[in-house]
Amino acid sequence: MSSDHHAHNPGFISKYVFSLDHKVIGVQYTVTSLIFLFFGFSLMMIMRWQLAYPGESIPLVGGWLGKYLVDNNGVLLPEGYNALGAMHGTIMVFLGVVPLAVGGFGNYVMPLQIGAPDMAFPKLNMASYWVYFLGGVTMLAGFFVPGGAANSGWTSYPPLADIANTVGTHPFWNGQTVWLLGMVLLITSSLLGSVNFIVTIMHLRVKGLTMFRLPFFVWAQFVTSFLLLLAFPPLEAAGVLQLMDRAFHTSFFMPEGLVVSGVVQDQFAGGGSPLLWQHLFWFLAHPEVYVLILPAIGIVGEIIANNTRRPLWGYKTLVYSVIFLGFMSFVVWAHHMFLTGMGTAMSTFFQTTTMIISIPSVVILTALLLSLWQGSIRFTVPMLFALSFLPMFAIGGLTGLPLGLSASDIQLHDTYYVIGHFHYVVAPGTIMALLGGIYFWYPKVTGRKMSTFLGHLHFWPSFVFMNTVFFPMFMVGLAGISRRLWDQTEYVQGIDVQGWVRMSSWGAWALGLAQIPFIINFFYSAFAGKKVNENPWKATTLEWAAPSPPPHGNFAEVPVAYRGPYEYSVPDAKEDFHPQHVPDSQLV
Amino acid sequence: MSSELLPHTLEAHPVTGMYNGKFGVWLFLASEVMLFGALFSAYILLRTHGDFPSHKETLLDYRFGALNTFLLITSSVTMVMAWASFKLNDPGKGKMYLWITVILSCAFLFIKIKFEYLHKIHEGITPSYSTFYGIYYCMTGLHGLHILGGVVVMLYFLTVGAGLWNKNPHQFTNRIECTGLYWHFVDLVWIFLFPVFYLL
Amino acid sequence: MAASAEEVRKSIKSYMLVFGALAVLTVITVAASWLKVSVALGIFIALVIASVKGSLVASVFMHLTGEKATLYWVLIISAFFFILLILIPVIQNSETAHLIDQVT
Repeated sequence: MSSDHHAHNPGFISKYVFSLDHKVIGVQYTVTSLIFLFFGFSLMMIMRWQLAYPGESIPLVGGWLGKYLVDNNGVLLPEGYNALGAMHGTIMVFLGVVPLAVGGFGNYVMPLQIGAPDMAFPKLNMASYWVYFLGGVTMLAGFFVPGGAANSGWTSYPPLADIANTVGTHPFWNGQTVWLLGMVLLITSSLLGSVNFIVTIMHLRVKGLTMFRLPFFVWAQFVTSFLLLLAFPPLEAAGVLQLMDRAFHTSFFMPEGLVVSGVVQDQFAGGGSPLLWQHLFWFLAHPEVYVLILPAIGIVGEIIANNTRRPLWGYKTLVYSVIFLGFMSFVVWAHHMFLTGMGTAMSTFFQTTTMIISIPSVVILTALLLSLWQGSIRFTVPMLFALSFLPMFAIGGLTGLPLGLSASDIQLHDTYYVIGHFHYVVAPGTIMALLGGIYFWYPKVTGRKMSTFLGHLHFWPSFVFMNTVFFPMFMVGLAGISRRLWDQTEYVQGIDVQGWVRMSSWGAWALGLAQIPFIINFFYSAFAGKKVNENPWKATTLEWAAPSPPPHGNFAEVPVAYRGPYEYSVPDAKEDFHPQHVPDSQLV
Repeated sequence: MSSELLPHTLEAHPVTGMYNGKFGVWLFLASEVMLFGALFSAYILLRTHGDFPSHKETLLDYRFGALNTFLLITSSVTMVMAWASFKLNDPGKGKMYLWITVILSCAFLFIKIKFEYLHKIHEGITPSYSTFYGIYYCMTGLHGLHILGGVVVMLYFLTVGAGLWNKNPHQFTNRIECTGLYWHFVDLVWIFLFPVFYLL
Repeated sequence: MAASAEEVRKSIKSYMLVFGALAVLTVITVAASWLKVSVALGIFIALVIASVKGSLVASVFMHLTGEKATLYWVLIISAFFFILLILIPVIQNSETAHLIDQVT
């Protein structure tokens, strides 16, 4: 790139804090979201104590949690349990996984994979990170306002959420209102990011990189960006309406004459519909599920192609499936609402669309599985994570089918079965894939490889304990335990499954310990890892044509794409991989 | 700084036919369609759902609404004329049209706040009065915030950002075009808000 | 598009025409609200007029007529999802109707 970049010497602040470089912003996103992920997970580790040993004081941290979460003996309060649950969900989804998958990986890897010098709007990119950061701080501020953090669940269903945290607290600085403000900021951040992603992918591809030569990961990001762009605004609207309900006592979600805990809610004029919120919320939140999954699928695709040394099986099928998946994800939202008294015609419609959307998911999974066929697989650390994604994502997906059928959903709705199902998709599925992605692209970001030994020490316990945490939830749920109980042993069926609950809790704590090798590896390898060249995995896509770490402006010279993204093991070739940027004349 | 070097900052992409900024604004507007779409949907649901007054009872004065509609339509014309003037290399005229747009939008906001909101609030009709007024304040308020945002952007190009015209008139004109796209969209939303709240 | 100066000058004429049309349509929509027709027909008329005005703004002021297919696709997708959003009340009301049937 030209001298303009070096015309002035940027100071520390503009280079690392308010940076316009997509790579720095990507790393900022990655580190921030990993911290949030661990924080959100810690909330859950506290909740699991109450579930495993109801009414006993929380060891180690019980005295530190403050009066909104625990009583004088360090026992988790019911309100505190609800607050931790709501914040766990919100933080994991909106502050952890999405920013890591889209903000972190998307920002860092996608422009490199299309050979671009940066994102199309660098300033917008910086703004989207800082709005996200502000949204995160606002969310966390909820723990410190009078009355404690939001405790109406991550879904914030009214009428409960309209009146929660209002008695005896500040009219504005209370948990649920702060939650809504935080959400508005996070949604704004995602919108800025998605506009940037779409323009970048459409406009900044290098010469020769047609849409069907794009790496699968870029396609996943492209569809994800459209989901973010079009699904998030309805939630923003709903958030504004709920904010109005709470701050100005409008009645968008409040029916007339509602009585809660013996108190007539007559500060509201009434006339609203609580189900309006559910429609608007799930209009976002179902596409949101695919926002969580698609980048992970993209990462798994990259890792599998690279480590099987074979082209992805059915690249075009994968691309069309992802597009179809993204499109269909807008038409299934009401399957979250089968139990709201929906008529049979409507539930049949949404049940049908839900069954249809499972088809592209299965196609994708099958294509990824078939990609392994006859490959000479290298079991590198990222590949282990990618391989573990396949069966665990399959468990998550298949257990979703009974929830999508309105008849079986009556039994399973709002039980731990649901919790088990979507955690299998997002935690052992998406998070394992994202961790694999970190091992895969770490050499590109730092110029050093992460330790393989620590990687194995991270992977195997994580793999085992992920299942230890989430598999028992299916048993607990099938026994009929509702998902938001503070103390399930108050019910007879809860006592019966207490063994499974404890297994799940111990699994969660062990899973927390299993992350220690990863944390050590993450920081230690940054300055002590084995130095690598620009293409340590012998990969084909364009990001490996840039130096490791890539300088400002990314490529020494603007690359040209000569072929598709996964030309591995081309018959009769000298090398088993043909990078996209190397012309035919220099091969063979 | 580095953004000036990025491809298609100035020149349209051959496939999409747009430069980066224009494509970005259109995508943003697509998301805005969904934002206001959700609110219109909420309006329809509330209206068909329960006790929802018709306009005969609501006593929103359609004359203010109609006057504001004229103001916004006119501001849309002056906006597009501002862009055309810059395009025709006549920055003096362009700035004049931009100033008129700013004045018209301020007049819109003034009427909205002084004669409508404050008047109603004075009568005790706050957002909590009924679901009609709730959604009315919410949608027109959000629309008003969009107007305010547009005014801020225009004032920026008339003052602090005006220097770009001398450095790179092409880029400046592009930015005015993007502002215009946003502005016309805000106008378009009002074209629907007016009958929905004042006439139906 | 209006790429050349000549085309810009030409399009200024159409801007003025659209301005006139929008003003006239605003008067018509106010006048139509005084017609003694059923509520449904009144809503239909008002929305048709608003849609005509909206398309004039989009196609002329926003130069949509001169754009390429990519943008049309983006807008078609958003229009589709917009319609889905607007259908929420229909879905919701079919639920409520079903419940009322059960009660009565």
